[in-house]
Amino acid sequence: MATASVSDSRERELWRRLGEVNDPELDEPITEMGFVERADIIGDGGVEIDFRLPTYWCSPNFAFLMLDGVRKALDQLSWSPAYRVRLHDHMFAEEVNRGIEEGKTFGDIFAGLAGDEDIGALRETFSMKAFKRRQEAVLLNLRRQGLTDREILGMDLAAYDVARLGPGDAAKQKATYRAALVERFPARRQGDPLFVTWEGQAIPPMGLDAYLADLRAVRINMEFNGALCRGLKQTRYKELEVIDGEPTLVDFIMDRVPERSAPAT
Amino acid sequence: MYRTPEGKDIFVVDGHTHFWDGSPENQKNIHGKQFIDCFYAYHTGLSPKEQLWEKGKFEKYSADDLYRDLFIDGPDDVAIVQSTYLKDFYKNGFNTIERNAEVAKRYPERFIVNGAFDPRDGEKALEYIHFLKETYNVKGVKMYTAEWNGASKGWKLTDPDAYKCFELCEKLGIKNIHVHKGPTIIPLSKDAFDVHDVDHAATDFQGLNWIIEHCGLPRLDDFCWIATQETNVYGGLAVALPFIHSRPRYFGEVIGELLFWIGPEKILFGSDYAIWTPRWLVEKFWAYQIPQDIAAERGVQLTDEIKEKILGLNAARLYNIDIEAKKKALASSPFSIAAE
Repeated sequence: MATASVSDSRERELWRRLGEVNDPELDEPITEMGFVERADIIGDGGVEIDFRLPTYWCSPNFAFLMLDGVRKALDQLSWSPAYRVRLHDHMFAEEVNRGIEEGKTFGDIFAGLAGDEDIGALRETFSMKAFKRRQEAVLLNLRRQGLTDREILGMDLAAYDVARLGPGDAAKQKATYRAALVERFPARRQGDPLFVTWEGQAIPPMGLDAYLADLRAVRINMEFNGALCRGLKQTRYKELEVIDGEPTLVDFIMDRVPERSAPAT
Repeated sequence: MYRTPEGKDIFVVDGHTHFWDGSPENQKNIHGKQFIDCFYAYHTGLSPKEQLWEKGKFEKYSADDLYRDLFIDGPDDVAIVQSTYLKDFYKNGFNTIERNAEVAKRYPERFIVNGAFDPRDGEKALEYIHFLKETYNVKGVKMYTAEWNGASKGWKLTDPDAYKCFELCEKLGIKNIHVHKGPTIIPLSKDAFDVHDVDHAATDFQGLNWIIEHCGLPRLDDFCWIATQETNVYGGLAVALPFIHSRPRYFGEVIGELLFWIGPEKILFGSDYAIWTPRWLVEKFWAYQIPQDIAAERGVQLTDEIKEKILGLNAARLYNIDIEAKKKALASSPFSIAAE
């Protein structure tokens, strides 16, 4: 009994940690994107992760950033296990796997191939995009709640923390924007304005429409990747889609249905 | 010709089509297999269910499939077939100009065959451009900056070797440069299909038209900015358009941005056949309206007049197609008769 509950709680902890790693380009948890194909705790407490991206061609630097995130997440596990992370079916799987295992930087792994690759600048770009996307969600939500632009832009962190943002994804969006804001501006205090630009500038109420247009452009780009990745991943992983309990045409085409039950054509 | 539910005939130029061979027999290595698998994933990921093809057919379809899907079942009047060589991945190339010219030969009035070259080949690339002009009289080329070539995993439009090629294109009257700027995949560089090189190339080569396929997505804002500044930069809708089925509201946001920034004269329809077939795309596009709130925010509308431009008039202008003359020539073609 005791053993079972230990392994259960470790498993929960493992998935919780993995769920904190985001696809940097999409700002979505890798667990929700389905990139973690397998996460097992083996006999001695060691952890084995199988990781697979939507296509063989996904940018290797994105793969690196995610696997680096996975490595950091595993380092935080309470029982400090040995672990093994494998990237599958990727054009640079071998190089990335070897490098991650040896704790190398991206530049080391792809020395000679990556050119002037600056992974630090890339991380920063992704943080900015995530900040903007999360901020837009909250701004639009507050407008939907009926607040005026002046009221919205006058909010401070203290008012935000007690505000209710409505049903659906709102609570999650509220928390993720707060996290992005505090990460960007660690010295933020409760009385400081809730909404500033990535550069820390105030947003004038008159300029909110134009500012939102800029944020929308960021979201459109990120959503494109997100929608594409989801579509590709679904096909690649050959997830069975069942409508009214019957396999669909996709399943027949993807050869997921046993021969004898296939319809005569 | 697409006939609208109201009975109006719309002239359709499909700006982006392929006649490829991605079959296992033609694959040179694992990359060749993964490349066509990725295309197939696009196909299955974004097509309506009733439009799905079997894998085997998708890897290698026949010339008759293409004629039927584009011109008989499909609404295309003219199709621009793009060439993509990928000789590092496929024994005979993926869709070379030889293969495209062969499929076009039977119905020349229906096709515009575009060439392709790789500036990294240096002098050979220049010779090859001469060959393309003399042999096929090409009016356009397709550039694939992420293509591998030996140790190189990609190039930029602003590379000195590329500029020599574009100078020659301009001199020979190869005016339409289609550039693949799409989803973030290979090569290694942090933004594999970064669109900023378009800005410089378009400024430096005012006599050429730069058609950015996939509108630079997922860098739509960068693309819009550049296309707004540069009068000779256009956007091809391939890959963006299929979202009209799976995520219509999202498509509304994309087309809303394009109309707001670059306007209705510079957007070109393309099916990306055989990843998608043109019939359902054109039908859905004609029936489509931008959701009201998005249209109001951006102050744009997708009127019938604008749709007609996007579906054919804009591309006809770039390729000097005399629409009335073309309609007459096509009226007696076997496809028009078969479609009756």
